[in-house]
Amino acid sequence: MNVEAIKAIYAAEMRRTRNTLMQSIASPVISTCLYFVVFGSAIGSRIESVEGVSYGAFIVPGLMMLSLLTQSISNASFGIFFPKFTGTVYEVLSAPISFFEVILGYVGAAATKSLIIGIIILITASFFVDLRVAHPVWMVTFLLMTCVAFSLFGFIIGLWADNFEKLQIVPLLIITPLVFLGGTFYSIDMLPPLWQKISLLNPLLYLISGFRWSFYEVADVNVVLSLSMTAAFMVGCLIVVWYMFRTGYKLKQ
Amino acid sequence: MTETNTPVAREPIVRIRGLNKTYENGHQALKGVDLDILNGEILALLGPNGAGKTTLISIICGLVNATGGTVMVGGYDNVLEYRRTRSMIGLVPQELALGAFEVVENTVALSRGLFGKPKDAEFIKNLLAKLSLGDKAASPVNRLSGGMKRRVLIAKALSHEPRILFLDEPTAGVDVELRKDMWSVIDELRADGVTIILTTHYIEEAEAIADRVGVINAGEILVIEDKQVLMEKLGKKQLVIELRNTIDTVPDSLAKHELQLSADGSSLTFTYDVRSERTGITTLLNDVQAAGLVLKDLSTSQSSLEDIFVNLVKADA
Ligand SMILES: Nc1ncnc2c1ncn2[C@@H]1O[C@H](COP(=O)(O)OP(=O)(O)O)[C@@H](O)[C@H]1O
Ligand SMILES: [Mg+2]
Repeated sequence: MNVEAIKAIYAAEMRRTRNTLMQSIASPVISTCLYFVVFGSAIGSRIESVEGVSYGAFIVPGLMMLSLLTQSISNASFGIFFPKFTGTVYEVLSAPISFFEVILGYVGAAATKSLIIGIIILITASFFVDLRVAHPVWMVTFLLMTCVAFSLFGFIIGLWADNFEKLQIVPLLIITPLVFLGGTFYSIDMLPPLWQKISLLNPLLYLISGFRWSFYEVADVNVVLSLSMTAAFMVGCLIVVWYMFRTGYKLKQ
Repeated sequence: MTETNTPVAREPIVRIRGLNKTYENGHQALKGVDLDILNGEILALLGPNGAGKTTLISIICGLVNATGGTVMVGGYDNVLEYRRTRSMIGLVPQELALGAFEVVENTVALSRGLFGKPKDAEFIKNLLAKLSLGDKAASPVNRLSGGMKRRVLIAKALSHEPRILFLDEPTAGVDVELRKDMWSVIDELRADGVTIILTTHYIEEAEAIADRVGVINAGEILVIEDKQVLMEKLGKKQLVIELRNTIDTVPDSLAKHELQLSADGSSLTFTYDVRSERTGITTLLNDVQAAGLVLKDLSTSQSSLEDIFVNLVKADA
């Protein structure tokens, strides 16, 4: 195991984060506050509560997920896309490191950053609403798994993308809509039956539902199912990355 | 620089056998390359653009997958035991690939880490000083000039104290001053026992610093020889003497000049070494006159690298 290499990649990635600290942290904080103002206060004042939870509190897990997913994907995808773009990836490819070590460095750093952002959002939210966490261990488990799984997913996008458009298209056109439609701002019970069925096809629904359950013990779907879906997604991503590295996909001719 | 000492039966540190590379678009960039790189030598790979120099280096370093053949570095297979082989190698790529915001000392420290070496600020400080980068340690890499960037890339390649250093066209697009500097850096490294392989398309560069020179063209190594031997071949020039009257045989008095008579008997060709002190032209012309031959015209031609390629390729076919 080349531990020095993992540390070096992780440190370099965290340095990159520090250089853009303001925008990495300010933007999720600001957008979270906006969501609270718009959805929590304006709309929430008309929606009394969802399944016994005040609307403002109800949307916190979903909002966290929204930021975690977009941040994990963009951090990790940019982290590997940029070296590919500037050519500095030659160094990683010529170094005595395995694919797993590369992932630990890059994905570890991206996940750490999203985790920090997630915690900041949680703290921000606590100023607006009365938060309680029914199952802290599960909450942290979901949080960590989400950060890692979607950082892996972002890593795949960064490997796959050969231009900036491709880099942004997946988060923009797939992830954001799926998060919004996955019950960030509502419980699917509020939807007509047909749309409830369709919503069940959305993998992110399971994630958001499970995460919300760890806060308020209300869920759209079974928690075990949520957890297994997230774990399966993480393993799936890991296999794809492993395959990409083994075949040198888009990295080696 | 130093005179080439005849290498004392050095062991190959890199052993390449039957190396093939066909890119996805079907282009065959390497055609069965066999090459031994000797421990401690400076090997220059000379070849025109597109010859396959970068491809060859990239395969050895692990950036490109070979289509066939084997590369052994220090006795280890570069695919099966990539950790061992890569640890021995430093690479300075052809392109000036550097991140944007990283400062010099950090990017060099990153390289050292990637190759599994523990942090050593003192070592990096000395390395930067050696490469005249001492005052640039805290500068962001994107503020540096092209020449300075090249030095940073060399520092990165040397950050893990490799035994073998690959320099892919280190002096392309670099001014004369910096080129000389680069050569002296290479000379120092050699003194430290580092094996150095550099690619270039400048004959003068190979001449100035290499122990051995390999000529590569269209994916094949055409020759690989001691610098001296190859430079003699490259240094040959021809003087063609056109005669007013055709002759049947070269007069005996001119035998010592080893002239070649053209088929139609109208011209004589004299081959000489431009780099020797005495080319023998003056004596030749005197002797020609003494033999009673009348000159119509004189012309000279030098075998350029291109000619050598053409001749080598022909001989190859
Ligand atoms: N990624 C690639 N895909 C297809 N062809 C390539 C690729 N890289 C290099 N080539 C081709 O392979 C040949 C050798 O290239 P290269 O090794 O870069 O030569 P050199 O470094 O000697 O200039 C060239 O004809 C080049 O066009
Ligand atoms: Mg090249």
